[in-house]
Amino acid sequence: MKSLEELRVIREKMQGTVEYRSEHESLADALASEHGRYRAHVLVCGGTGCTSSGSQRIRERLDDEIKKNGLEEEVCVIKTGCFGLCALGPIMIVYPEGAFYSMVKEEDIPEIVEEHLAKGNVVKRLLYDETVKGDEVLPLQETNFYKKQHRVALRNCGVISPEDIEEYIGTHGYEALGKVLTEMEPKDVIQIILDSGLRGRGGAGFPTGMKWKFAAANEADQKYVCCNADEGDPGAFMDRSVLEGDPHVILEAMAIAGYAIGASQGYIYVRAEYPIAVERLNIAIAQAREYGMLGEDIFGTGFKFDIELRLGAGAFVCGEETALMTSIEGNRGEPRPRPPFPALKGLFQKPTILNNVETLANIPQIILNGAEWFAGMGTEKSKGTKVFALGGKVNNTGLVEIPMGTTLREIVEEIGGGIPNGKKFKAAQTGGPSGGCIPAEKFDTPIDYDNLIAIGSMMGSGGLIVMDEDTCMVDIAKFFLEFTVDESCGKCTPCRIGTRRMLEILDKITKGQGTMEDLDRLEELAAHLKSNSLCALGQTAPNPVLSTLRYFKDEYIAHIVDKKCPAGVCKDLLQYKIDADKCKGCTLCARICPNEAIAGKVKEPHAINPDKCVKCGACMEKCRFGAIYKE
Amino acid sequence: MLSKKSTVSFRGTEEQEKALLAVIEELRDEKGALMPIMQKAQDIYGYLPIEVQTMISDHTGIPLEKIYGVATFYSQFNLSPKGRYQISVCLGTACYVKGSGDIYNKLMEKLGIVGGECTADGRFSLDACRCIGACGLAPVMTINDEVYGRLKVEDIDDILAKYE
Repeated sequence: MKSLEELRVIREKMQGTVEYRSEHESLADALASEHGRYRAHVLVCGGTGCTSSGSQRIRERLDDEIKKNGLEEEVCVIKTGCFGLCALGPIMIVYPEGAFYSMVKEEDIPEIVEEHLAKGNVVKRLLYDETVKGDEVLPLQETNFYKKQHRVALRNCGVISPEDIEEYIGTHGYEALGKVLTEMEPKDVIQIILDSGLRGRGGAGFPTGMKWKFAAANEADQKYVCCNADEGDPGAFMDRSVLEGDPHVILEAMAIAGYAIGASQGYIYVRAEYPIAVERLNIAIAQAREYGMLGEDIFGTGFKFDIELRLGAGAFVCGEETALMTSIEGNRGEPRPRPPFPALKGLFQKPTILNNVETLANIPQIILNGAEWFAGMGTEKSKGTKVFALGGKVNNTGLVEIPMGTTLREIVEEIGGGIPNGKKFKAAQTGGPSGGCIPAEKFDTPIDYDNLIAIGSMMGSGGLIVMDEDTCMVDIAKFFLEFTVDESCGKCTPCRIGTRRMLEILDKITKGQGTMEDLDRLEELAAHLKSNSLCALGQTAPNPVLSTLRYFKDEYIAHIVDKKCPAGVCKDLLQYKIDADKCKGCTLCARICPNEAIAGKVKEPHAINPDKCVKCGACMEKCRFGAIYKE
Repeated sequence: MLSKKSTVSFRGTEEQEKALLAVIEELRDEKGALMPIMQKAQDIYGYLPIEVQTMISDHTGIPLEKIYGVATFYSQFNLSPKGRYQISVCLGTACYVKGSGDIYNKLMEKLGIVGGECTADGRFSLDACRCIGACGLAPVMTINDEVYGRLKVEDIDDILAKYE
């Protein structure tokens, strides 16, 4: 059980060590600073992305080579959380130089250890190429990917070991909790969060301070703080990275929330598809209990708070507030009607607040730095920063945290490094299955909650999928509806049946059997779903359809009237053809065709019979002359 | 939702039953304990056939129909056995845009099964999953605990050959 004083001692002991892992004025300055036992810190990303690219083996090899070179007393290897630039994993950063090694292979390790760690010569050819300019090694902050980022929620990811509570304490961890418990009243805590302007980062953007205020006002013998770690939006991995890279920030924030509303028990509902996050959370909770940051009489103030993990079981709808609580209660994850709202009757019918992981990750810093600090970032109605998971057809896929108000163009072209293979940007999809597509003409929209709603999308949890000219927008709308049909809990008729009917219409359209009246039917169904569904899954399920209809109606019309798919995706509307100029008559395609649809004499151009062609694509795969194409 | 009848008969051992009873004992007094009990039961048996659901019902007093309702609601609960190697192809947005649909089709073709099924020799079972959060490496698939990223259709043969 640590007291505030003991916490301060640990912080002072560890501060130098963790601050060593940042930009320094000069190498000499760095080495002269108070940096703990080791002169070189090697941080290796241990997030899901890099782990699956083999970062575990890299860490093991590092340990071996460091031992071989007799450097165990001088060099430490730390497994950290996500640095964000997942496209270039496995990633490894060596301090004090801040050398960013990317796409590291096991066979590179002996050279890095010998040349860099032993002799001090950074191995330039293995660095992230944007950090190398001639002979100079640039700091990470000057690369396009990191230049415009401002890591607040992600500040500890990639800096500390998530499995060491003392490193967390070294970065002012648990200091906010100490301040709250010893210097502030619950209503003051709520006021600071209100003044900061923090809005829920799970997608809806409800003011966090208001949510806490409502729950605090309700009297009950027990209240609950829940953390929504059921990040279900496909393409979103912001919360996963916080849970894997900085689990303690969630524990601290939940304890602060508990104090603010009068709760002594918290639940983190984490999806089972995140085994690394579950492991890190378990370790963090055990350590927090050991050090007295969770449990009875925290910091000797009489406040008690504890946290339990509950695992999801693969249901997207359980990311919905009331469905999540129903699931924790051991039921099918079906949402409940509101009112009564969870602030009055939530988990186990008691006043409950549910906050998203990213929302919580901002809390301790708001307490320490003040509401004005947070409100000083972002736009008028959307304060602070937002973490986005940049994915799809973009060069720099990964996690980025930017101030609200940054434009889509900046995110895709500058931070994202543009579209690969010289293709053209077509749309960016935000908000997952509840969101919409943003076309090129809206590229200069500053990103914030209200702007995105105005242009027909929504912020969502932060997934941002970039699409290029080869993506069919009708197919994308169908893809999202397939997801929603699958994940609909079935409780309310509008969603259970409405989504299915909308999907059937989209399916017809992609098969060339749609009519213009179908577009009217889609709009009508969409209106029903929006106004009559029990929860946000059904209410927002029509969004991908509505936003693609708004900006890409010409594609729908091409599918319906011309029976063509302009992007070349919808199989039923494509014909496989052979270019007679390129065909050498080698007969490979005719032999591989499963339906004998290709005819031709040896050494003469072949032709595909469209009536027999089943569009399997085998011929195109086999052709060595690029003579087969889709149209 | 199609009902899936398992063609493999249930063969639970005494050891497994003991482990299950221990779990139920430990979690019995927790609020909302049914989900954690079922998750641990699936860890013990590999899947959750009606026989195991019945055991849980007998020892917790929770009606079997409620347990069955929960088991069929969540996609993680399997009512039929899985292969030794469980292949899961991510069909989340980022992976889909990068061609995971083709990977899934190639696997179905190569293994001769569709999603949700297991190969006759018990080696592989195939499922589509929704986003596992490794979107920076799209397209992604997992085989048991191993994650394979940046996949191309040509890689599939070699990857499958690694699993006896």
